[in-house]
Amino acid sequence: MDGFDSAVQCVTVLYWVCDPQMIARGKNASDLFPAVVKNVACKNIEVKKLVYVYLVRYAEEQQDLALLSISTFQRGLKDPNQLIRASALRVLSSIRVTIIVPIMMLAIKEAASDMSPYVRKTAAHAIPKLYSLDPEQKDCLIEVIEKLLADKTTLVAGSVVMAFEEVCPERIDLIHKNYRKLCNLLIDVEEWGQVVIINMLTRYARTQFLNPNMNESLLEEGGGEKAFYGSDNDDDTDDEEDKEEKEKKKTEATAIVKRKPYVMDPDHRLLLRNTKPLLQSRNAAVVMAVAQLYFHLAPKAEVGVIAKALVRLMRSHSEVQYVVLQNVATMSIKRRGMFEPYLKSFYIRSTDPTQIKVLKLEVLTNLANETNISTILREFQTYIKSNDKDFVAATIQAIGRCATNIGEVRDTCLNGLVQLLSNRDELVVAESVVVIKKLLQMQPEQHSDIIKHMAKLTDNIQVPMARASILWLIGEYCEHVPKIAPDVLRKMAKTFTNEEDIVKLQIINLAAKLYLTNSKQTKLLTQYVLNLAKYDQNYDIRDRARFIRQLIVPTDKSGALSKYAKKLFLALKPAPVLESPFKDRDHFQLGSLSHLLNAKAGGYQVLPDWPEAAPDPSVRNVEVITLLERVTTLTSVPEWTKCSSREKRKEKKADKPFYSDSEGESGPTESADSASDTASGSESGSGSEESGSGSESEESNEESESASEEDEEEEGKKKKKNVEKIKARKPVPESERIAAIACLFTLAQHQTIHDCSPVFEKTLCSFLFLVDPAPSPSQVTPLNNFLSSSLVTDLEGLSLTDNVLSPTTIIPSGNLKTYELLHRITGEGLSVEYCFSRQPFSPDPHMVAVKIQFTNSATSEAKSLHVEDAKLQSGMRIKEFPEIEVLPAGETVSVVMGIDFCDSTQAANFQLCTHTRKFFVSIQPPVGELMMPIFMTENEFKKEQGQLMGMNEITEKLTLEEKCQGEHAVVQRVTTAANLSRVPCGSDKECRFAGKTVTSGSLVLVSVVTKEDGAAQLTVNCEKMVIGTMLVKDILQALTQ
Amino acid sequence: MIHSLFLVNSSGDIFLEKHWKSVVSRSVCDYFFEAQERASEPENVPPVIPTPHHYLISVLRHRIYFVAVIQSEVPPLFVIEFLHRVVDTFQDYFGVCTEAAIKDNVVVVYELLEEMLDNGFPLATESNILKELIKPPTILRTVVNTITGSTNVGEQLPTGQLSVVPWRRTGVKYTNNEAYFDVVEEIDAIIDKSGSTITAEIQGVIDACVKLTGMPDLTLSFMNPRLLDDVSFHPCVRFKRWEAERILSFIPPDGNFRLLSYHVSSQNLVAIPVYVKHNITFREGSSQGRFELTLGPKQTMGKGVEAVLVSSQLPRGVLNTNLNPTQGTYTFDPVTKLLSWDVGKINPQKLPSLKGSMSLQAGASKPDENPTINIQFKIQQSALSGLKVNRLDMYGEKYKPFKGIKYMTKAGKFQALLSN
Repeated sequence: MDGFDSAVQCVTVLYWVCDPQMIARGKNASDLFPAVVKNVACKNIEVKKLVYVYLVRYAEEQQDLALLSISTFQRGLKDPNQLIRASALRVLSSIRVTIIVPIMMLAIKEAASDMSPYVRKTAAHAIPKLYSLDPEQKDCLIEVIEKLLADKTTLVAGSVVMAFEEVCPERIDLIHKNYRKLCNLLIDVEEWGQVVIINMLTRYARTQFLNPNMNESLLEEGGGEKAFYGSDNDDDTDDEEDKEEKEKKKTEATAIVKRKPYVMDPDHRLLLRNTKPLLQSRNAAVVMAVAQLYFHLAPKAEVGVIAKALVRLMRSHSEVQYVVLQNVATMSIKRRGMFEPYLKSFYIRSTDPTQIKVLKLEVLTNLANETNISTILREFQTYIKSNDKDFVAATIQAIGRCATNIGEVRDTCLNGLVQLLSNRDELVVAESVVVIKKLLQMQPEQHSDIIKHMAKLTDNIQVPMARASILWLIGEYCEHVPKIAPDVLRKMAKTFTNEEDIVKLQIINLAAKLYLTNSKQTKLLTQYVLNLAKYDQNYDIRDRARFIRQLIVPTDKSGALSKYAKKLFLALKPAPVLESPFKDRDHFQLGSLSHLLNAKAGGYQVLPDWPEAAPDPSVRNVEVITLLERVTTLTSVPEWTKCSSREKRKEKKADKPFYSDSEGESGPTESADSASDTASGSESGSGSEESGSGSESEESNEESESASEEDEEEEGKKKKKNVEKIKARKPVPESERIAAIACLFTLAQHQTIHDCSPVFEKTLCSFLFLVDPAPSPSQVTPLNNFLSSSLVTDLEGLSLTDNVLSPTTIIPSGNLKTYELLHRITGEGLSVEYCFSRQPFSPDPHMVAVKIQFTNSATSEAKSLHVEDAKLQSGMRIKEFPEIEVLPAGETVSVVMGIDFCDSTQAANFQLCTHTRKFFVSIQPPVGELMMPIFMTENEFKKEQGQLMGMNEITEKLTLEEKCQGEHAVVQRVTTAANLSRVPCGSDKECRFAGKTVTSGSLVLVSVVTKEDGAAQLTVNCEKMVIGTMLVKDILQALTQ
Repeated sequence: MIHSLFLVNSSGDIFLEKHWKSVVSRSVCDYFFEAQERASEPENVPPVIPTPHHYLISVLRHRIYFVAVIQSEVPPLFVIEFLHRVVDTFQDYFGVCTEAAIKDNVVVVYELLEEMLDNGFPLATESNILKELIKPPTILRTVVNTITGSTNVGEQLPTGQLSVVPWRRTGVKYTNNEAYFDVVEEIDAIIDKSGSTITAEIQGVIDACVKLTGMPDLTLSFMNPRLLDDVSFHPCVRFKRWEAERILSFIPPDGNFRLLSYHVSSQNLVAIPVYVKHNITFREGSSQGRFELTLGPKQTMGKGVEAVLVSSQLPRGVLNTNLNPTQGTYTFDPVTKLLSWDVGKINPQKLPSLKGSMSLQAGASKPDENPTINIQFKIQQSALSGLKVNRLDMYGEKYKPFKGIKYMTKAGKFQALLSN
């Protein structure tokens, strides 16, 4: 494969190799693996792509050799071009070799905070791949998903929700904070993503909101009222009059029940409003997804809008029709009124495939009522003359169902069916017989002539099911046809031996019934039949004969049962209910595979019932609203003049390159998106970039170009003066940074995403210069974290644990990083912060001590603060703090609680309760807090390090930031990032740290070797690879920023 | 989501397979073949077939079954819609989507499938992006490739995938800038024995062929937008603008695409452009039947009705026919009992008719099936619903494009029920 002259030759051979036909013939192409894989670094794109295809296909069989190619992809992951990074990740994550799981995990995590939304999208795609390869990674993957869910680009949204659905559909709590954002982005997400998001949101809404039809269902249940309002609780809601009437009913009903009127949660309304336009999508799957959302979530009066869209879908390919009709059939049972105006769209064409015809019939039958039945029956009459016999049979059954449902037309239908009995086609006759039998059971008295007519048919009709039905009818109603019945039995006795089994059974039945009612005439016949049956080949029939003989023929030995024989055989049987097969299918989420098959498919998520009481709606609150107030005050500060600082800004640009090659040219639709991108993108971007060669990448070049364009643009746009003013300011104080971000959000909110102009977007981008890229541990509440974390980086000076054993570590506990647990606004005046105090937790040494500080800024006192209902990952434990009985207004109090995180960075979720409210909160530890320092000598360190080689060792090269050069600074930064103690060391070029994880006590060894010009090498040895990789990342970040 | 894809031809051979996750043995298709055997007609194979470990979701297009293998819950329409999108892409690339075309271009097919799905989840389905990634094969390019050793795979990386206008490729350049729109309406109707309309509805589409340089922003307005109350749009159309002003505003994809499709329902009075007069009689006991059929134009707004084709499935009892058309040619296939009459253009002065006798099976009783007549026709330069484009404006670019609009009406499923 090396010796090819041209790429074409190479491609041809590769195709030959990849051709599945060959594989099918049993020739395994995997022998060629080494030769093919060698080409992975080939320059030709087509060859490269083919090698990828081949690699993905055969890697599982040739695991060792596949590893050879890994380094190429790892290199690709660092490529300055986002498309190359993305495709490297795509292929790497598709290689199904377990040994590279840690590498994949690392790559996914890195890509999840890539500055390019396209790479982040690819990361989202990679998550389910890794999960299917190694489900043990679930916890880590959930973290990544959580992070990506906070992403604000339309590109990522669909893919990450898909990953969410595959990995952790049960973690509905992850959606809260992102709910409104997802609703708002929805219309701009690509169509496939829309389907996934809508389906997920349907489930979410079912758990979080109240049933909008609550009052109606109460009305229906309240049996007493029913008579008063008339017996029909149909939902023919579509006409205006009806609606009004309903309204009236509703209000009256509520008055009676004395319930407070239902008010729809604004978030619930938001979802309904934002999905509605998608009914206009060209993609049938999207339309169906919206339709099911409305069906499951909307108030009855609003569901009607989906009918038109669904009817439109029926014009599509027959497969689409098939699925849509299945769903319409289910819907039409519950909401008949919705489809009635479209009755004619369900009329059947002779060119429809049979399966479509049958489904349309089903819908027509469901839609039939007193007013339209005559039209429908006329339509059915045409269908009966069709060539398609299966369809004719289905039509006859449909007529039967109409007849049972609508009393008025029962006689008409029955007459029509009886006429069909003289049809030349036997199948038609047989089907009619079966249906007539069912109908007659409802009112046999009036129809003895029909029974007589049918009795005559036994001479001609050969279809066993029909014969059996007739015999059963005659037996059951033999008192209505006393003369004919014995005659029929006589004829049947003659042909008994030639009949099918089901017919034989019915003959025995008939004989038995006649024997009981009319033994004089039929005694001998019955004996004869039973004798024949006794020697039948089928044991069922023999059994039946023996049983019946014992039961009906009185002998001296006959038991007590024979007295009751008459009761047994001639009991009044309930009429069969002719039901639609689609009844009650709506407990499956409509549009799903499970609904279509009426059986639970693998991976199906049950659609939960509405909750009795709505869960706390404030969980979906995001900061934006509160900040609006602050903006209005801040923007009016007069000292913000458009002072001159363009040069300064340029300087700033130079040292903080703002990479966003894609955002620069993005069109008019995205606004808030690109804003957040750059915020999260630049954070990690700058880290890796600086650690690299330091040469300016092409992206940063492009960026400065686009930035200078902005400058020009800026000249003209004086309208957004406030905005510009903020922009012009250089040394940005904290408060203004917040204001700037807030401004962004306000603008983004006011501007509808679709119509916002590119100019506006550029302003937004330039805004972000203000917002220093600072690491935010979780993106969920970005603003506060921005604040707290940048504060911390500023204060990072002195570090320390007050651990006696390690005199070299020096963080005064006052300077510990604090995190917000509950914001003042959501907490209704109660704000809660926490920090990791780094002191051993005395009640249990395996727990991490968390110091929690409550501040009551409300006007009234808070009582009985305590923890409740902890939802923890398996193995995690929590030691609650003692209940705080009273916290007066304006006071602050601190307590300590212990959490055993099981050495994972999974969040501990629990409820924080006051005497009035409950708040859902979660504490997520940075990896550095999961360990505690231990004392070690240099020799011990070297020995332990020697034992933790190979996969347990991770080495990274980095360039230390200017401020960070020097031993002291390095020690400070490392100990701030992780709770480790310094190991004494002879050389001043090397700093060593040691610790062990809190829960399992696994050793964590870190060493930083500094070289000239700020170059350094970081080595982390840890038994727990995940902890190791995460720690490397954290320390890298601490050292390079 | 989508695990694997198998392409099955009409004779039941799997001629192409592609796996996006681990490999699924092709024996899984046996369940499909079983269902295929049970179904009387090719289109009666159920689109969703459950098997013990997988679910098979299939579509039938151009006599090829596209069978997707699914392992867990996924909305079936999602898969069906995707498969249709695959077929559309093939058609777009190769002109036709036949077994031969796919086999000839197997390399491109694999490359396309690889790009369209990632781990079973749709990745790039927009034709503009795909064409940037993989160039469609043309004869010229094939020749050039063979000589120079270059390939179909685009050397450039697709930037469209990254932008927020993912449907349009970037850097488009044309010397002649032109935008053509075709308004095509299909009328579906069922007419009963007496000539009255049972249902009639119009299915309309606006197909566009836009070849404009740069990033044009187009607006299209209608004289009577109220007709369009049941529409679906290409994702490029700004929905809010339509809601508010009833104007189509969009940045178009490059090349051919379907801008919108609409539906004019029977509530809006739909005029039927042709009528059928017929008289078909079978006499009980006789082996002869009479057949008479006349067509005529009706409410066509002065436009001629062209390319008229009448076909009918006659009852099984009919052995042969002996008919005389006043114009055009007719054929009758005694095996399938399919009568088809190619009428051509209807001349309102001299209405076309088809008269004659049918010979029936001797001794057989009067057929009781209900024959139907399917009619096809075209009316140029007229949209039956009366939809008219008012104007097309372009923003965002400086040049003046050439604009064109064409109207056409066609018969869709146009049926007349015959008496017997």
